[in-house]
Amino acid sequence: MLEHLELFFRSIFVDNMVFAVFLGMCSYLAVSKKVSTAVGLGAAVIFVLGVTVPLNWLLDQYLLQDGALVWLGPEYADYDLSFLSFILFIATIATMVQLVEIVVEKFSPSLYNSLGIFLPLIAVNCAILGGSLFMQTREIPNIGLALNYGISSGIGWFLAILAIAAIREKIRYSNVPAPLRGLGITFIITGLMGIGFQSFGGMLTGDNEPPEETQTTTAKAEDEKEIKKEIDDKEKAISYNEAINK
Amino acid sequence: MALLSKKDANLIKDPLADNNPITIQVLGICSALAITAELKASVVMAISVLFVLGVGNVVISLLRNIIPAKIRIIVQLVVVAALVIIVDQVLKAFAYELSKTLSVFVGLIITNCIIMGRFEAFALGNGPWKSFLDGIGNALGYGVILVIVGFFRELLGSGTLFGMKVLGDPVTKTGLYSIGYENNGFMIIPPAALIVVGIIIWVQRSRNRALIEEA
Repeated sequence: MLEHLELFFRSIFVDNMVFAVFLGMCSYLAVSKKVSTAVGLGAAVIFVLGVTVPLNWLLDQYLLQDGALVWLGPEYADYDLSFLSFILFIATIATMVQLVEIVVEKFSPSLYNSLGIFLPLIAVNCAILGGSLFMQTREIPNIGLALNYGISSGIGWFLAILAIAAIREKIRYSNVPAPLRGLGITFIITGLMGIGFQSFGGMLTGDNEPPEETQTTTAKAEDEKEIKKEIDDKEKAISYNEAINK
Repeated sequence: MALLSKKDANLIKDPLADNNPITIQVLGICSALAITAELKASVVMAISVLFVLGVGNVVISLLRNIIPAKIRIIVQLVVVAALVIIVDQVLKAFAYELSKTLSVFVGLIITNCIIMGRFEAFALGNGPWKSFLDGIGNALGYGVILVIVGFFRELLGSGTLFGMKVLGDPVTKTGLYSIGYENNGFMIIPPAALIVVGIIIWVQRSRNRALIEEA
């Protein structure tokens, strides 16, 4: 239970799809002009991620991984098909999106009307493929966690696009410098939001998982800074005096 | 550009500036931001996209009369995925460390909107040679931004370029560091990339007023 909760909050806040790894930026920027459309796309992303990540987890586990084919018989134990993962994952995603579109259209026309136009867009949204690929590289251990990971990173993406759409609706009334209008200011706002989200990094301390790559680089930078500061404090006085003397 | 007619040359030149895939067409942002903390990774990413987009555009252009319109997205995805697998395997074989840094972002070239965008917008309606030039041009336009962002982030963030300490050594205090210069740790964290790209857009649109968006 605890690991589920941890993964849930980690995927929404710490490893937020948009702010930490920049996935799905294209549609994030293109469809965030109005809150209502943003909500539609966000909901579609949660849905598709929730379906495709567990499916690709099954594929990865029973078809692609090193030795995954062992259930066919011991002579298949040596096969490693992981080089095929890109093509299989994207095929799953494309067909699932297509299938979901057909099913939704048939059974819930109102939902189709609100999600419909976004579904084909989603097949090429990098957040979806990214979700499956991160699921693979992070070696998520079971299908429950994979489902959790898919849905919670979808929610993270949803939150991000909702927030930026709300900000963009407001910013229309602000006096932004002309060259920054539209795309430029959106980039900078997203950057600032990303910096804000970095602070969630401290939320889940004390776990045994190896920290994320981005976090280690920042941590490294901070370490370096601290070391430098120590040296600095000693040397600053000296070099400053020298400069004055000159 | 005597080799190419003026029209063909424009196919390459336009995406480099006034029709840049990242800053104007808003395509392929994800990878542009995530891997630009180091210049080396940016350059490798740019070359990978150059290969995939150049070859992919030609393949799609050759197939454009055979592909049924209804399933074209899947066909396009399969073509890109096959090319990306080649890139990924080559990187793993010859630059393993780098392929670890790029991690999933090599795979994400598949869903890089630049690729699908150019397939849809250009390769499906034009001959192979033109599509090739268009692919090269757009990939170069993408690469230019990547390299600029990578350059500034690595230079200001870690004081290095391609891993070489161009500003002196921060620990032993040589070069710029001897007069109190500090690395800006802020440039290494991912959101800094967004701000750098935002500034690039700002500069570009200030220089060319025609590109300014209506509010």
